[in-house]
Amino acid sequence: MAGSSLVTMQNITKAYPGVLANDAVHFDIGHGEIHALLGENGAGKSTLVKVLYGLLQPDSGSVTWQGQAVKLSSPSVARSLGIAMVFQHFSLFESLTVVENIAMGMAVPATDNLRKRIIEVSNRYGLPLEPNRDVFTLSVGERQRIEIIRCLLQNPKLLIMDEPTSVLTPQEVQDLFVTLKRLASEGVSILYISHKLDEIRELCDAATILRGGKNVATANPKEESAQSLAALMIGEDIQPAIRTNQVKLGEPLLALNQLTITSKSVQNMSLRDINLKVHAGEIVGIAGVAGNGQDELLSAIAGETRSSGEMIWLKGEFVSYWSVGSRRQAGLCAVPEERLGHAAVPSMSLSENAFLTGFHRQKLRTAGLVSAGRCKKAANAVIDEFDVQCHGPHSAASSLSGGNLQKFVVGREILQAPDVLVVSQPTWGVDAGAAAAIHKALQGLAKNGAAVLVISQDLDELIAITDRIGALCAGRLSKLYATTDVDAQQVGQLMGGTHSLEVVA
Amino acid sequence: MIHLQRRANPSKLMGYLAPFIALLLTLAAGFFLFLMLGVPVGEAFRAYFIDPISDSYGLAELGVKAAPLIMIAVALSLGFRAGVWNIGAEGQFILGGICGGAVALYFYEVEAAYVLPLMCLAGIAGGMLWAAIPALLRTTVNANEILTSLMLTYVAALLLSFLVHGPLRDPDGFNFPESRLFHDAALLPSVVQGTRLHIGALVAIFITVMAWVLLSRTLLGFALRVNGTAPRAAKHAGFGQAGLVWFSLLFTGAVAGLAGLFEVAGPIGQLNSTISPGYGFTAIIVAFLGRLHPVGVFFAGLVMALSYLGGESAQITLNMPLAVTGVFQGMLLFFLLAADVLINYRIVLGRERVA
Repeated sequence: MAGSSLVTMQNITKAYPGVLANDAVHFDIGHGEIHALLGENGAGKSTLVKVLYGLLQPDSGSVTWQGQAVKLSSPSVARSLGIAMVFQHFSLFESLTVVENIAMGMAVPATDNLRKRIIEVSNRYGLPLEPNRDVFTLSVGERQRIEIIRCLLQNPKLLIMDEPTSVLTPQEVQDLFVTLKRLASEGVSILYISHKLDEIRELCDAATILRGGKNVATANPKEESAQSLAALMIGEDIQPAIRTNQVKLGEPLLALNQLTITSKSVQNMSLRDINLKVHAGEIVGIAGVAGNGQDELLSAIAGETRSSGEMIWLKGEFVSYWSVGSRRQAGLCAVPEERLGHAAVPSMSLSENAFLTGFHRQKLRTAGLVSAGRCKKAANAVIDEFDVQCHGPHSAASSLSGGNLQKFVVGREILQAPDVLVVSQPTWGVDAGAAAAIHKALQGLAKNGAAVLVISQDLDELIAITDRIGALCAGRLSKLYATTDVDAQQVGQLMGGTHSLEVVA
Repeated sequence: MIHLQRRANPSKLMGYLAPFIALLLTLAAGFFLFLMLGVPVGEAFRAYFIDPISDSYGLAELGVKAAPLIMIAVALSLGFRAGVWNIGAEGQFILGGICGGAVALYFYEVEAAYVLPLMCLAGIAGGMLWAAIPALLRTTVNANEILTSLMLTYVAALLLSFLVHGPLRDPDGFNFPESRLFHDAALLPSVVQGTRLHIGALVAIFITVMAWVLLSRTLLGFALRVNGTAPRAAKHAGFGQAGLVWFSLLFTGAVAGLAGLFEVAGPIGQLNSTISPGYGFTAIIVAFLGRLHPVGVFFAGLVMALSYLGGESAQITLNMPLAVTGVFQGMLLFFLLAADVLINYRIVLGRERVA
């Protein structure tokens, strides 16, 4: 499939203060090739892609486009050459329609002609989309289609996709792959960035693997196993988390009874009639596409939003009216999805962030005054135990890479030895090695008799580590099934709003 | 086109230096201002910055002016750290003066030791009452405290004006809008013989130290700081926002009220319609000039107090308008904010890039 080179990047070097993000990196993609860019967090993938899209200027190195040396001084230069990018985070106006959003992005008026072209492209590539729908009514998958169509309307020669499947259901992922393969067969090259090794093996023709800002390998993913790709990425073999099959179910520790919370704003999903029991020793997983009530569920359990009556039960008591602090003291810890600004204070040091949630359960004060020494010790414990890469407990939370901060905020709660841990997106944006470490820590916690509730959009993760699984859709929770009894497709159905599966025995 | 681009790593050092840079720029701009006004520059600077503090009386006066500024600004900085924008310290100051002053007038000619403490309590209560209104509105109907506290300042000023024109007017005062002069038992004793320096100076030092410890070492201070920078993280940690709003406003109200009482029971000695030369507003500048850090605020208060004295002195010796004080204070805040912008952003010339 792949022809001669479309673009070649040679000796790209880009330094930030204290970090060499790209160190003489080579990258080459052929016509009609689907090429994966692989690497841990901080391996230099984003930097390389930003150079390619004209968002960053390299310190040295050259870019050759169809045999011509080019200077990608801005994204508009890149776009004029035929490079388009679908970002991980969409920039759409919720209150406008699909066609209006696309018109905005291309700086053209929203005419009937544009509407026709949208329908044409959407039919041709199997991207069903109604141009006159308001964006706020669309699912995440549909929103992604807007971004893709916006790119395709510009007839790109190279399409860059940054973690496109992290927000999609398994069915949507399959649909996307069909589209991408179709595009490649028509000669469009695709640069595909993802953490999901199985997807890359299924989709990509070639893979460039970065580690610590350097090229470590170029591989054909179809000839590699997920294990061997991961080993190339992190430079060592990783032991994936293995489900311990003998779950000894203990007493229920956390129960939700008809939990219903009516949202006061349009941005929040209302929760309706959620019933759930989490027992000592088990990990329960809640799947679902983002925005279906995950944040609301976590904050209701943690106590950030209060519920009423007997909706939430913790270790023998109804805690619906309890504050966050009382629930923490009673043994319920939580890790919200948003790391910066919610789970951690960006401008504060790790020591201070250890105090942030730690003071309820750990003795971090002496005579009523915050003890800097104890906070530092607590932070150091997390840093050591979870291998958090940083300059030490005095580093500001915002100075850590996403994956390392994730390890810190998850580790901070685990080391508080909670009886019930609720964690949202535990390995979001975390590399394979760190994800395995976090999974093991969660399993260890459950093994020691804690009840663990994992809310995640990563289905593979849930299937790998949970004992029972269900899905949130539009604020309702499906029935829960033993994870060994269901497969990804079935959980996908639950994520899509099916309340219970008839086929499951 | 010119636009601002956020810096990846704003310099910490420049953050601390910014107040000094702003001060230097203010002096430089002042130099040109004096030059344009045709005033002998050397003399003007001398009159403004040196003469006022060249003797012990002048230094004491500096303390008299700095005490209320520092007290209010330190209290404000706690709230500002927490993201509670109380702009109405001026009104809380006036209410403290009114309530404390009313007690003094009620116990007119009563020679008793309890009069002054009672006045202090009344002053504190008055300031707290005035600050409680924006706190209540913010926590119940989510009304912006910037607007409510600011508007209440004008209500307070009119209330004071009404009282000194009416109910509290000196019966033997030839209809001047002033109260009686307070009786000796209702006046603050001077701390240093022969000067007007009163206990407020000591209270200012005490509050500075207390706020420093509170902010850096206590759970409450931690909660305030978290709430200011990352409100959602504060929620996650279980810090109730309503409580922090109440604390910030009531504490500032109490301190501003006490400062107001000190002013009427100290340098002024009666109630009249102009008991504050804008201390409550100037304290906002002081708080930012001091980087919202109690110790920084302390020194910023001294600088700002000097600008008041300098303005008066320049008015007397050089016939300059008193508005010069306001011009200097305004320039200082302007340069400080400009420096802050440049610390956090760089100026980029040229066509804007699409990110």
